[in-house]
Amino acid sequence: MNAILEMRGISKSFTGVKALSDVSFTVEPGEIHALVGENGAGKSTLMEVLSGVYPHGSYEGAIVFDGEERRFRDITDSEALGIIIIHQELALIPLLSIAENIFIANPPSRFGVIDRDAVDRRARELLVTVGLDEAPDTLITDLGVGKQQLVEIAKALSKKVRLLILDEPTASLNETDSAALLDLLVAFRAQGLSAILISHKLNEVARVADRITVLRDGRTVDTLDCHAGPVEEDRIIRKMVDRDLAHRYPQREPKVGEPVFAVQNWSVYHPLHADRQVIKNVDFHVKRGEIVGIAGLMGAGRTEFAMSIFGGSWGRSITGHATLHGKKIDVSTVGRTIDAGLAYVTEDRKQFGLLLASDVRKNITLANLDGVASNRIIDDVSELKVANDYRSRMRIRCNDVYQEAGKLSGGNQQKVMLSKWLFTDPQVLILDEPTRGIDVGAKYEIYCIINELADAGKSVIVISSEMPELLGICDRICVMNEGAFVGEFTATEATQEKIMRAIMRKGDKTP
Amino acid sequence: MSDKTVAAPEPRKHAGFLKNNLREYGMLLSLFAIMLFFQVGTEGTLLRPLNLTNLVLQNSYIVIMALGMLLVIVTGHIDLSVGSVAGFVGAVAAVLMVRYGVHFIPATIICLALGGLIGAAQGYWVAYFKIPSFIVTLAGMLVFKGLALAILQGQSVGPFAPTFQKLSSGFIPELFPDAGVLYPTSLLIGAALAAALVAMNMKARARQQSHGMEAEPYGFFVFKNALLFAAIVYFTYLIASHRGLPNVLVIMMALIGIYAFITTRTTVGRQIYAVGGNAKAAKLSGIKTERLTFFTFVNMGVLAALAGLVFAARLNTATPKAGLGFELDVIAACFIGGASAYGGIGRVGGAVIGALIMGVMNNGMSILGIGIDYQQVIKGLVLLGAVCLDVYNQKR
Repeated sequence: MNAILEMRGISKSFTGVKALSDVSFTVEPGEIHALVGENGAGKSTLMEVLSGVYPHGSYEGAIVFDGEERRFRDITDSEALGIIIIHQELALIPLLSIAENIFIANPPSRFGVIDRDAVDRRARELLVTVGLDEAPDTLITDLGVGKQQLVEIAKALSKKVRLLILDEPTASLNETDSAALLDLLVAFRAQGLSAILISHKLNEVARVADRITVLRDGRTVDTLDCHAGPVEEDRIIRKMVDRDLAHRYPQREPKVGEPVFAVQNWSVYHPLHADRQVIKNVDFHVKRGEIVGIAGLMGAGRTEFAMSIFGGSWGRSITGHATLHGKKIDVSTVGRTIDAGLAYVTEDRKQFGLLLASDVRKNITLANLDGVASNRIIDDVSELKVANDYRSRMRIRCNDVYQEAGKLSGGNQQKVMLSKWLFTDPQVLILDEPTRGIDVGAKYEIYCIINELADAGKSVIVISSEMPELLGICDRICVMNEGAFVGEFTATEATQEKIMRAIMRKGDKTP
Repeated sequence: MSDKTVAAPEPRKHAGFLKNNLREYGMLLSLFAIMLFFQVGTEGTLLRPLNLTNLVLQNSYIVIMALGMLLVIVTGHIDLSVGSVAGFVGAVAAVLMVRYGVHFIPATIICLALGGLIGAAQGYWVAYFKIPSFIVTLAGMLVFKGLALAILQGQSVGPFAPTFQKLSSGFIPELFPDAGVLYPTSLLIGAALAAALVAMNMKARARQQSHGMEAEPYGFFVFKNALLFAAIVYFTYLIASHRGLPNVLVIMMALIGIYAFITTRTTVGRQIYAVGGNAKAAKLSGIKTERLTFFTFVNMGVLAALAGLVFAARLNTATPKAGLGFELDVIAACFIGGASAYGGIGRVGGAVIGALIMGVMNNGMSILGIGIDYQQVIKGLVLLGAVCLDVYNQKR
């Protein structure tokens, strides 16, 4: 049988960082081929190469579709051939109707005027096909996520889809909706449609997939044939996480003391969907001189948890107790939280972290201007001293402290943010993805800084999607999934497999 | 991590300093060039003492409002209502003082408070309800234009008591009335101000150097200060040879000094720039972004009220049309002065220079006999050109 899709030796780099190296991947006609791997393993990048988001020439290797080599310039080229991708973040327009969304790009029309009857008729047909019992003029915003997902599929079908790519389609669905969606996929397969399914939920993958390809660090590790015998989840997990843990992390003798910071019964609701509980009554604590990691997949609620503690910067109806050294502290505003002794270094340097157009000096003193001012008048000499002091302590590489923060490399920007928060003299530091998007050398420096902070008696909480990083630097790792802690391991007992298993088990029991 | 501390003083990078401050000097240079152009073009009329005094009086209210507008723009917002608010407050002042005979001091206080209240009413929606400032202040523009018409009942109300007129048309009292043609008090004040500014600059420079901070090249520093000193003394000489310093110029200079200090040296000023530079980052750094935004609008309201009083006092009457289109001049002054429409960038000095450029152009073109039609075309093109130049410079 000739493969409908063959991707040969695909390599793709982003400014020196290799995202994909020599990945080969095939899809047979009428096959559901699952793609699994950790965050950052390269799944999405591979699909973006396939769909033309990264045009031909920006990657190495060849894409053969229907027996011909294809050179997509953009996403419309791949869509014209029937390669349709449905992203995790749905691309529907909330205030338009189902029918309008389905035919958003290319509505049936006569002489340039939209043929409303045809739109309505064809939308009805498509909705029957995907089993969605809604009127075509219902607004998207009135539908639940599960039904929206079906609209996305209907939209794909309207484009004469040959190869359907689903990126985490069930991530935000409940069990019934997930099952319905997977059944639909199986039904389409019987009609000869091919699909690529990206999912973290291995039970679902095992249920519907014909083959499973495991990606790790931008390489294909293995492709498993599900018809050759039962596929064990443990085997997949081992393949997903197994990698060399060389000495990428500085050594440290932990001196863990008494508990310092704790939250109890912490509960947070979604800022837009008032009835969606995002953080589900969790308890958490960190001790003096301790580095605690929070592991979890994207969307597990880790950042939301941290930001809700940090002055209620995320979510609403936040309830629970926060204590420092056993005393209740006020974390109702960011200012009070900083005063209490907490610091939160955001995962998104550009959006939430830095004043990109301001210089390094102004960024460093921003969260503690009173530290360089008397009577609210800034003393520019002491401000300069502070900035230069952190510049040399943190080894921030910049021309001088008057350089714009936006012009520094990612690693140096991260050091500026760390400096800013250290200057508030916190007792508890929450570092959200502290090494995202920075190179290996800078990562090592950041790890050293984290170690020194812990040695100086600070309590450090590290949120990271890179499990080896957590294993390399943390004394204790808590695993979060769907807004709750589902596992906790000490440094000695933690392994990537145990963490992954804790996450996946919870995934199995999706309510 | 401090084993390798390198605390060596910063090498002073003169080239870098000039480049960083090119904008400011470029602005001054343009103002100078424009003045020179009109001075030659009008055969010396522009800088005649009488005309220069008029120039100050004509533009004082624009400069005053530009100070508030700069802060609003720096936080990433806009206020379209300032012209209407100024007109409305002027009308209220007239009704209070002319119709009800209220003394000018309580009336002034009431009017300034009213301006603050108006600013608060608009700032509340912008800061706490996140309604785009463009819309809120567009509404305010209509509302206060209408209210001004309503309380004036469509008529002009005036004249004001002479004491109130002095706000705009008065000059500081002369201490040595027998000295001759010139007004020596004004001249002395000007010279003292120039000397104080130069002394401050020298002190700041010495301080910067002793701490290894970035400073201007010495020759440039001397040149700049000599020029500054000469310019101030020359202008006060011109003004002093007419009738001395106008009261409103004194108020304006004081406000410019205060706002320059607040924006560059205080924590509040720094926080305002942070809100405009990256509101989310500012908020996560513990800055009360909503409150700051709210107060920039309150401040704008007070300054608009002050401008309204100055304008009413100058015309010696409150008319329903007062304040019409002021907002455009004020906003243009800020953008010509280098403020960024995206927020976070802009200086008090720039906004003042921007207002002066507009003022000199208005005045010069009128003297040259260019019609109001082409004046507007030219002003529009200057605004566009200035902002284009900024964007181009930033991309480079």
